[in-house]
Amino acid sequence: MESTPNNIIASLKQVEFCYAPGERMILSGLDMEFHQGKVTAVMGGSGCGKTTILRLLGGQVLATSGQVKFDDQDISKLDHQGLISARRKMGMLFQFGALFTDISVFENVAFPLREHTDLDEEMIRDLVMMKLNAVGLRNARDLMPSQISGGMARRVAFARTVALDPPLIMYDEPFAGLDPIALGVTAHLIKYMNSALGATSILVTHDVPETFGIADYVYFIADGKIAAKGTPEALKASTDPFVQQFIHAQPNGPVPFHYPGPDIGLDFGLDTPKETLNKKGSTV
Amino acid sequence: MISEQISRLGMIIRTNVLSLGYATRMFFAILARSGSIFKRFHLVRDQVFFLGNYSFVIIAVSGLFVGFVLGLQGYYTLNRYGSEQALGLLVALSLTRELGPVVTALLFAGRAGTSLTAEIGLMKAGEQLSAMEMMAVDPLSRVLAPRLWGGIIAMPILAAIFSAVGILGGYLVGVQLIGVDSGAFWSQMQGGVDVIKDIGNGVMKSVVFGVAVTFIALYQGFESKPTPEGVSLATTRTVVISSLTVLALDFLLTAVMFST
Repeated sequence: MESTPNNIIASLKQVEFCYAPGERMILSGLDMEFHQGKVTAVMGGSGCGKTTILRLLGGQVLATSGQVKFDDQDISKLDHQGLISARRKMGMLFQFGALFTDISVFENVAFPLREHTDLDEEMIRDLVMMKLNAVGLRNARDLMPSQISGGMARRVAFARTVALDPPLIMYDEPFAGLDPIALGVTAHLIKYMNSALGATSILVTHDVPETFGIADYVYFIADGKIAAKGTPEALKASTDPFVQQFIHAQPNGPVPFHYPGPDIGLDFGLDTPKETLNKKGSTV
Repeated sequence: MISEQISRLGMIIRTNVLSLGYATRMFFAILARSGSIFKRFHLVRDQVFFLGNYSFVIIAVSGLFVGFVLGLQGYYTLNRYGSEQALGLLVALSLTRELGPVVTALLFAGRAGTSLTAEIGLMKAGEQLSAMEMMAVDPLSRVLAPRLWGGIIAMPILAAIFSAVGILGGYLVGVQLIGVDSGAFWSQMQGGVDVIKDIGNGVMKSVVFGVAVTFIALYQGFESKPTPEGVSLATTRTVVISSLTVLALDFLLTAVMFST
């Protein structure tokens, strides 16, 4: 695995992205760096473009402008085979696991091994059992995805993601919808796998306590731009109103509660001065 | 007002031409990436089983009833001209040249096509296709190609079963129930059905229908919106577009194959 001298395994430089010409910019002028061996979190509200960053790194969507680099290669310039080779060095955990529902837990974890290696059946079995053991689901190997809980599905997906020991692991909302125990288990697994495999992790989430507990560096995204960045400790001490609103889960602040639109007075037929109501949701 | 309508018409034509171009590119991309599945033929075999075996009952039962009706209607018409001896030939030609391939394709679109669209659509909605992409596995070659080839292989076999069961149905009604001479029924059929021109062209039709129906089902699933409404709409579109395509293709193929 190559990396640049300062150990940057992946980066975004002045990246802009929108789904179609003329549509709203999802990301604009984004600069990010992901350092080898570190857990980097990308945080922000729902719909702010966090998952798009992972899709850009995985080459599933291409940047409208700017440069997305992984392993010293510009992702947008790779051909089909180049992209396949790059993706073999990545693992991605999807929000709801994205397990293949027609095959068992064991076969799900074995899937990348069967697709990308010529290992014999005995070796595949041992590797799958090791990965399932690492996530505590060795004894659930024969169950179907429909027979396991959401938290367990996430752990199976986790085992599948790391089946080929990828140097870069990306997590899309790994904590969403988990109970406190599953949340703690998942956070522990991310940190443990990152150090055990010597991998680099990119964590897209909006769960502040768990993320600050395991991340080495955090980017806050708002309106497609970086609103703040730094170590968890630095961000906790930050006086930036956006960071404060986000980490303390305050309904009011730079992020409005109300969806932007006409003044409330117009909808209720009130003779209310526009400045006093609902500018950035301040009446909540 | 008029310019608005013209621009709307232009937009509709442009969208459809774009979709057609995209579908054509996807079709050839699937064919180009089909090489690897023949190294792992079990993927295709599983699909032949899934698409073919599960459609067997509906195809066989439909074939039997179509054969019954052909026996009754054929006897009614032929009897007017004193030609009821030719009932076997009429039933066999109707089934092998037309009804076998066409009705099988229509039933296949409803039974297997919808299940393919829903399966691919739900895989997309559940991010399984994205997950596969991120595992450096190409969904076109791993998911779509085996299903396309499974459909292409299953369709002629199902059409042959439909025709065979239909002929049996015609025999039961014509010979056993109405009393047409058994020897005449089979010998007229044997003498009048050409293996290449009738059966061969019928098989060719069902292969073409297999390509069309299976690809339409896969394309609709792959391009469906990843929502419950999106998958539901895609499933409906599969049946409508497949059925119309089969009927249109049948006309074209019949014109080309049996024009001389």
